[in-house]
Amino acid sequence: MTELAIEATGLEKSYGAVKVLGGVDLRVKRGSVFALLGPNGAGKTTTVRMLGTLIAPTSGSATVAGIPLTPENGVEIRRRIAIVPESPGLYLRLSVLENLECFADLYDVPNPSDRIESALLAMDLTGRARDTCDTLSKGLRQRTALARALLSEPEVLFLDEPTAGLDPIATREVHELIDGLRKRGVTTFLTTHRLYEAERLCDRVAILNTTLRSIGRPGELRDQLFARALTVRTVALLDAPDQVLGGLPGVSSWRLDGQGTYVLTVSDPAVAAPGVTRALVAAGADVLSIGETSHSLEDVYLELIDESKATAAP
Amino acid sequence: MRMSTRRIRAIVRKELREYRRHGSVLVATAIFPLIFLIQPILVVFRASGDVAATVGQWHLLLYMLAIPVLTPAVLAAYAVAGERQQGSLEPILATPIAREEFLLGKAWAALVPVVAIAYAVYAAFIAFVGLFAQPDVAAAVLRGPDIVAQVLLTPLLAAWSIWVGIAISTRSSDVRVAQQLSLLADVPVAS
Repeated sequence: MTELAIEATGLEKSYGAVKVLGGVDLRVKRGSVFALLGPNGAGKTTTVRMLGTLIAPTSGSATVAGIPLTPENGVEIRRRIAIVPESPGLYLRLSVLENLECFADLYDVPNPSDRIESALLAMDLTGRARDTCDTLSKGLRQRTALARALLSEPEVLFLDEPTAGLDPIATREVHELIDGLRKRGVTTFLTTHRLYEAERLCDRVAILNTTLRSIGRPGELRDQLFARALTVRTVALLDAPDQVLGGLPGVSSWRLDGQGTYVLTVSDPAVAAPGVTRALVAAGADVLSIGETSHSLEDVYLELIDESKATAAP
Repeated sequence: MRMSTRRIRAIVRKELREYRRHGSVLVATAIFPLIFLIQPILVVFRASGDVAATVGQWHLLLYMLAIPVLTPAVLAAYAVAGERQQGSLEPILATPIAREEFLLGKAWAALVPVVAIAYAVYAAFIAFVGLFAQPDVAAAVLRGPDIVAQVLLTPLLAAWSIWVGIAISTRSSDVRVAQQLSLLADVPVAS
């Protein structure tokens, strides 16, 4: 069995002359959690729909759950995957149980009642099984959609904005579910706007804005984009900062970033920090803090999206 | 391609459950059978023995074949457009169901109640005519060939109407537009 759950090469989608997605290359390992990040209209849902066999790519190739993405393989791929769209798409006049019964049959699930019971249990919905879906809150509807997706025990689970509109408790529950799926070896492919969610949950992320801007582990993307740096905060401005900070071992440059805050570009923060501290103390500076400058995934995201906007501008 | 009866049955069961709980679908499904039952009953009720031959020429039973033509339009038009409107089309198409199984399930779910309703209406009409119409009028209305034609043509006409409705529904994003277009498409056959 191949180690990759999803592999896409040059995946493109156009509607007439309008290209909505161009040249997506990505590889997702089995059992990992992968996130696709991007602004509205970036092509995230289009990518999920193509990989989920709901729409055909204009060009490019892919394998999903080890099966080539072709129209003939659609049914076989859909047996091994589940998709939870942003809108749960439940039958609102039917009960939770009736919704799950219908999908258990559609997935040809053996022993459907056992599987339904475990899906209800996994999503803490056992007590609401007989409630019609139109009486459920948004969070409960999302949980029902997730329970529906678990019925077939998919190899690959696509979650399109799984926590959109959920309250913090429901969001945490979804995060715990994704963690649980990872432990069970399920590959999770999610799209999200919540960057902290991607940072917390995902092994790898891709930033998409109609073309793939970057792909890698969150830490790798930070390192690719931002130089490593130390942030030093002092009570007062240094009298001669260039004399103190310039030429220190491991420090390539420095800049003032607000009152008493200096950002030093370094090759390795752990190596440079002791020398910087000693130099500051020797210069009589009152040091409030010294630490590695942290860049969040949000910084990476904004940098890349701004960059793509600038590239697209005439 | 081998079709899965389990998946087709799942669609049929789901559709029938939805119809039962969908007030406007129930009302729309009841309207045409009522109209096409009451009007012939009034004609028969008012007819005297003198005009039995004339009433016989009207083929009232065949007139009631408008029920299996017009009633399914409402259900069939809801089939795909309704799913699309409530956002449930994508999750269902993301399952291993083949398009043919999905549409066949939808068609069966519309056919079964419509044919059952149509036969129930005919039975009610025949019973009413047999019990309350003047004997000459009853004999003129209840003719063997008409009854056989009625029984045989009902599922065929309903099936035709359902496929037209589903075809329109697959291209429409609004249920009401789909229902109106389906009815419009069925009018030439009904008339």
